Order: sequence, then C-alpha cells, then structure tokens
Amino acid sequence: MHSESLEEYLEAIYSFNERGRRARTKELAERLRVSPPSVTQMVRELADMGLVEYEPYRGVTLTGKGMALAQRVVRRHRLLERLLHDFLGLRKDRVHEEACKMEHGLSDEAAMAICRALNKPETCPDDEKPIPPCPLNVSDCSECGEAREGGQKLVTQLSNLRPGERGCVAFIRGGGRACQRLLDMGLTPGTTIQVMNAAPFRGPMEISVRGTTIALGRGLAARIFVEVEGQRPTGPPHPHGPHHAR
Amino acid sequence: MDPMESKRLRIALAGNANVGKSVVFNQLTGLHQHIGNWPGKTVEKAEGTLSFGGYLIDIVDLPGIYSLSTFSIEELISREYIAVERPDVVVNVVDASSLERNLFFTIQLMELEVKMVVALNQMDVAERKGIRIDVERLMGLLGVPVIPTVATKNLGLHQLMAKVLEVAEGGRAPRPLSFGREVEKRIEALSEALEGLETPYPKRWMAIKLLEGDEEAERMVYGKSPGLRDLAERMRREIEEIHGHDAPSVIASERYSLASRIASEASTQVTPRRGLAERFDMATVHPISGYAIMIAVVLAVFYGIFTFGDWMAGLLEEGFGMLKAAYDALFSGSLASLFWDGVVEGLIAGVTIALPYIVPFYIALSILEDSGYLARIAYLADSAMHRIGLHGKGFIPLILGFGCNVPACLGCRIMETERERLICAFTATLIPCAARSVVIMGLVARYLGFEWAAALYIMDIILIFALGRIAFKVVPGEPLGLIMEMPPYRWPTLTVTAKKAWFRLRDFIYIAFPLMVLGNLAITAGDRVGLLSPVEGLLRPITVDWLGLPPASGIILIFGILRKELALILLASMLGTSDFSRFLTPAQMMVFSFVVMLYVPCIATMAVLVREFGVKRAAIISIAEITLAIALGGILFRALALLGIG
Repeated sequence: MHSESLEEYLEAIYSFNERGRRARTKELAERLRVSPPSVTQMVRELADMGLVEYEPYRGVTLTGKGMALAQRVVRRHRLLERLLHDFLGLRKDRVHEEACKMEHGLSDEAAMAICRALNKPETCPDDEKPIPPCPLNVSDCSECGEAREGGQKLVTQLSNLRPGERGCVAFIRGGGRACQRLLDMGLTPGTTIQVMNAAPFRGPMEISVRGTTIALGRGLAARIFVEVEGQRPTGPPHPHGPHHAR
Repeated sequence: MDPMESKRLRIALAGNANVGKSVVFNQLTGLHQHIGNWPGKTVEKAEGTLSFGGYLIDIVDLPGIYSLSTFSIEELISREYIAVERPDVVVNVVDASSLERNLFFTIQLMELEVKMVVALNQMDVAERKGIRIDVERLMGLLGVPVIPTVATKNLGLHQLMAKVLEVAEGGRAPRPLSFGREVEKRIEALSEALEGLETPYPKRWMAIKLLEGDEEAERMVYGKSPGLRDLAERMRREIEEIHGHDAPSVIASERYSLASRIASEASTQVTPRRGLAERFDMATVHPISGYAIMIAVVLAVFYGIFTFGDWMAGLLEEGFGMLKAAYDALFSGSLASLFWDGVVEGLIAGVTIALPYIVPFYIALSILEDSGYLARIAYLADSAMHRIGLHGKGFIPLILGFGCNVPACLGCRIMETERERLICAFTATLIPCAARSVVIMGLVARYLGFEWAAALYIMDIILIFALGRIAFKVVPGEPLGLIMEMPPYRWPTLTVTAKKAWFRLRDFIYIAFPLMVLGNLAITAGDRVGLLSPVEGLLRPITVDWLGLPPASGIILIFGILRKELALILLASMLGTSDFSRFLTPAQMMVFSFVVMLYVPCIATMAVLVREFGVKRAAIISIAEITLAIALGGILFRALALLGIG
C-alpha cells in the first residue's frame, strides 16, 4: 500500500474516532472522495495489518498501533496548519488543504521543530481540534532539541489501546505523585502491559501488569505513553520513495 | 522486677492491600485488639496483643500499601512507624499468588534495614493459580527468613511466630539488595555525603529517597545541610543521562527488575486455569452487564438494609415504648422525667440508628469489601465521579450516605489523600440520609405527591455536583486519578467480616453516643428552663421572614440537629396534629423539607467530621451548609411564590 494513501486513511479514520465514534465506510468514502467498495477493500487491508478493527455495518476503529501512526500524521498536519496560519498568515479556510499536501513530506524532526518554534500549540487553527501530544520522553520543551535527534519511537497513550492489545511502557508524562504511584504499581519503563477492559463513558481501564490487574482512570492512562507492539507496517513515510532510505 | 514484664516484643505487620494481612492480624490477636487512629491522622490503627513463647507481643497492623513513597498518608505513616518507633521485628505479609508485585514492597522494607520475617501468605491461592514457590530458594535470594502460611486456615502462623521470636532474639537486619552498578555507585556517593547527618532512616535509604525526589526526605536533609542539594541533583542528572529516564523511574525499574528476577527464579508457573471467578469477573466489569449487576447489587443492599432497618426500628420502638411505660409507672416527678428525656432519649436515639441501620450497613460493606466487589463498583463509577472531581472510590462513601452520613464520612478513608477525603466527606454530608428521606417522604411525597419529592432529590443531586466541583477547585492539592488494584474475587470469611463490622460499630458508638446524649440533654435542659422561646424569637427573621415558615420551625430545626427524622415528629407535636396540610402550605412543606435536607449534618455526623478532619474544617462544612440551606431555602420560597405555589 502506498504510504501516502495509508496516511490519508488513518487520518480520516482518526477524525471520526477522536470524536468518540466509529468511522463508517460510507463516511470515509465521502471524505476521501473514493468509492465505497474501494474503501471497504482498503479498510480490510488495514485490518490485516493490525491498524484498525473493522466491524462490517458498524464501522472502523483504530487499534493502538493504528492510533500511533495516525497521531503522528495528524500531528504533522495540525502543526503545519498552525505554521501556515500563525506564522505565514494564510487564511483559516486555506490552511487545511495546504497542510494536506505538505504533511506527507514532513519529517518527524521537522515537525518537532515546528512545535518548538510555535511554543507547543495545542489546537489547530481552523476547527480548534487538539493537536496529538508530543511523543518524546521530555519533561519540558527545553529538552526538545536533544530528544528529537534521537529519533521517534512509535508511541501512543495507553488510553488509545483497545481491550486485548498490549503495549510496552515508554515513559510517563507529567511526573508528580501520581507518576510515582504508577511506577510503584509496576508500570516502569519497558514493562509490557495488556488492556483487559475499558469502561464506557471514558471511564477507567482495567490493565494487566506483572501478573496483577489494576484499574486506572482514563486521565492517568492518557499520561502513560506506550510503544505499540510489532514493527511498523510500512517504512518511515518518505516523499521520494524507497530509494531515499538507503 | 517481674521477669514476665521484661519479655515484651513489638512487631509490625506490613504488606500490600488484599494479601490477607488483616486475616493474619485477626488470627494472631483474636479479640485482643483495639482499633483507633494514628495520632493526628485519619488512618485506622489496629493494635493487638498475643502471648506466645513466654513473650507478650504487641502487634501493630500497618495499613495495606504498595510502596514506601509519599503517595498516601498510609505510606508515610508506615515508614515513619518502622523507622522511628523501630518495632523489634517487621512481618512482611506477601501474597504468594502475586509474588513480583509483593516483592517490590519487600525490597523496600529491606532498605529500611530492620529485622524482618516474610510470611508467604495465600499459598493455597497460588497453588490454585498454578504457581509453585521454592521457599528455600526465595529465602536464599532475599536473605530474609520466609515462612509459608495460609492465614484463612490458620496454617503456618505458629511457625511464623516461632521464627519471629528467633529473629527478635538473635537475628540481624537483612542487607538491602543491590541495584545496577551505575545507580548503586551514585547511591553510595550520596550516602557517604550523608554521613554525620542525624535522621531516623538508614543512610542508603535516605540517599535513594533523595534521588527519587521524595519531598519528606528532601525536607529532612536540605533543612539541615542545604549543600547536599547540588550533589543530589548532579547524581540524579547523571542517572537520567545514562538511562534516558527520570531518576524515580530508574529506581522503580531497578527494584522491579530485582523483584521480577527473584520471583521468576523462585517460582514456576504451571498451566493457569480460567476459572469461574475469572468469568464472573469479566461479567461484573462488562460495559452492559457490569452496570446491570452493579445497580442490582446496590439496590438489593439498600432494599435489604431498609427493610431490615424498618422492621428492627419498629421492634425497638415498641420495646422502648414499653420501657418508658414501665419507667413512668416506677418513677415520677420532674427530675425523673428530665432524666428520661435528657439522658435515656439520647441513648435511644443512638440505638435506633445504630442497630437497625448501621449494623447491617457495616456487615454489607465488609462483605462487599472482602469479596472484592467494592473495587468493581469503584471501577464502574469512576467516570461519573470525575464530574464532581473525585475518582471511582468516592462513589462508595456517597452510596453509604443514603443510609447514614456517619459511616459515609468514616468510609471516606478509602480515598488516598486528605484532600480527596475532605471533598468526599463534604459531598457525602449533602446526601439525604435515611432520616432526611423520612422527612421528605412523610411531608412532601405524602401531601404534594411523589414528583415533588423527586424534585427535591434532583435539586440535591444538582447541588452535590455543583458544590463538589467548587470544593474540587477550592481545596488545595494535586487531584488524583484512579489507581487501584483489582483484587481477585474470593469468599469473605465469616469471622473476619463479623469482626470488621463489630470493630467499626464500636468505633461509631464511641463517637456518636456520648454526643447524642449530651446534645439531647442540653436541648432538653434548655427547654425546661425556658430558653427555647427566646431562641424562637431570635430566629424569627430567618424562619418567618426569609423562609416563610411558621415560627415554631426555629426550634424544630434546632432539634433536628440531633436526629433529623425527629423534625417531623416534633412538627406534629408542636402543631398539635399530624395532618400537616391543615397548617402548612405546599410551599412551606417544600421549603421546610429542603432546609432539613441541607441545613447541617446531624450531631453524630459533625462528631465524625471533627474526628476525621478537625474542629476547624468540621465547622466550615457545617456553617457552609447552614448558610447554603437558608439562602437557597429563601430563594426556593420566592421561586415557588413566583410559580404561583403559595
């Protein structure tokens, strides 16, 4: 699958999932301006790659891994929108389309640099949607430069994992007493955890860690960044094709 | 000197929650125990004595905790107790079925360098889970004596105590286990720098805590030698650079990797079975069946308690009626009647709340707690509770509040921090308890219809949400999310449940009874010497002018502080009829019930608040609620008038 269209799909599915609902294939077809049958086919492929859960007639939900990839591209997109609007003075209704074209070519490092230069913006300019969180293990922005050179792991928040999925703790954001408590309960960096259950209405999650079961509030789960298991299904998205990765 | 007297020992039980620590404690001490509070703290302190091997052994059951950091008051108390009071031996109760998590705590206890013995408890549960533990190997790896036990069946406890005596007489404190070289080197450097600084804690422990950024340790050390801050900061930075994670994460990882290595070397896992308990577990946290089961359980508990309570209260009333008749026949005169009204009535008030409602509440609570279901309720209620700034565990005290606010306020102890406890207790006192429901049902539902009573409940719930949010904003401190172990389901044991209920009840009696008697006496005496009518006059601007109530209501509201359900009975006796519709307008009924619902926690609740949070905070809560009830009551009166309800 072409990485650019993969990203477009993940982005589109994300835009529904972030509002707390499944993406229907019909809606995806409208949004991506392709035919419903090709959406269905593509969604099945994404499901085979472990990026989405597809329930026919109900819709598509990103898995933890799919979420990690989607957050990465959505983050680039929304940061670009900010840059175009705040810095370059483009009109609000123009930034989305521009960002769509630019996002696939932007490296992670450049995206981080934009974030830093714009002083960690939190929402995008056109529809005020939140920009996905910074995936680096930093306590504040002053560590950004050093951390981004180390490359970016494929991480997402624990709260994005679906029941049954596993992740490996990368870091916990925010410090403080709650962080100490999470460490005490065994959520140390490198520990594998499995989501057993997630309560509805953004309630807590039940996770299994080191042979015991723990309930975690969703807000806390959103502070725990996990590496999603498995390799990335495609290489890092590069605009110039595979020869660039030599 | 009597030789028996010198042979005394002090031991402390320490361990995670849900490992059967309180069962060990109960088996060892039987009924020779005392449950109180840690001085100045709202944490339960269970102490007991045991006579064994020629020693009189004082046993302290420390709170169930997962670590010795400063996350909760329990953790602070435990580590202070071990380091400062220095018990002769610390018995670390460990859950054999979850060795890794438990050893994490064992390793921290060893860092405190006290004599200790590990009680490897719940061996039967481990066996059922297919876990086999090589006790000798575990002992060798830890360097601490390990005794396998099954406390629920009283197995191994004799051996445990024999080992405790052996260690107390001749044993040595264990050597703390070493971390990785990079970390250990920096701990050493820091502990060397700590040489000469007097603290109750071992140097190495202090050094580790400084690296972790522990606030208490920092205060202790930097207060005396501020120069050490630079060194500690440098060591932290070096560790962070080497490992790529912040120092607290690195140290927790070090401990867990030790725990994980020891656990895997000392135990083997044979096929785990997926039992009935697991499937039941899945159903009770399921998004649909979980809520259905929860609602069914909560309703069943309430229905059960109130049915039993009403029946029991009826019986008691009859019994006390007969007693009163007998008393009146035997004694006469104003002193005798003062004694009855002042003293006996207060006791009766206590008994008719405690026996019918609080006893079954405590038993139900103990069963829910010991079976592990309480944790599931907290899990399911978490998202709703977040709207009032609390997490899921806070749901339990609120539920209790519908029965009686006293156990509700005591139940707030399950929250981790003082802040959460205070917010929780404040919201719990706004929950209409059984006594207030009697007023709402007897007045509003009966004369105006059920929908008006429902309206009052809805107003109350809205208020609880609004005030909860305000309290969440106003009370200082870091709000916490839910972090809670989900214990596996198990059958509660009768003796443990019964004892827990009994000790809690005893606690309630000690707090509430003296106050109910004294308060009752004060008001009766005030009535006899004619103090009440001036009070009625004094309250007139509030009761009559602002709230639009009959003048007699002033006294009734004061009496209501004792027992709110009395308000209705008093109203009847003051109006000379129990047909309230002849004297009260519908608006007056609404306003009266509304004010009774909110105005001040009853005297027993206030006593608990004082005990849990101190006089100042209890006063703030009470005054806030009086002001609120009066202010909103007046507004309600005017709003009803505007709606044409007079």
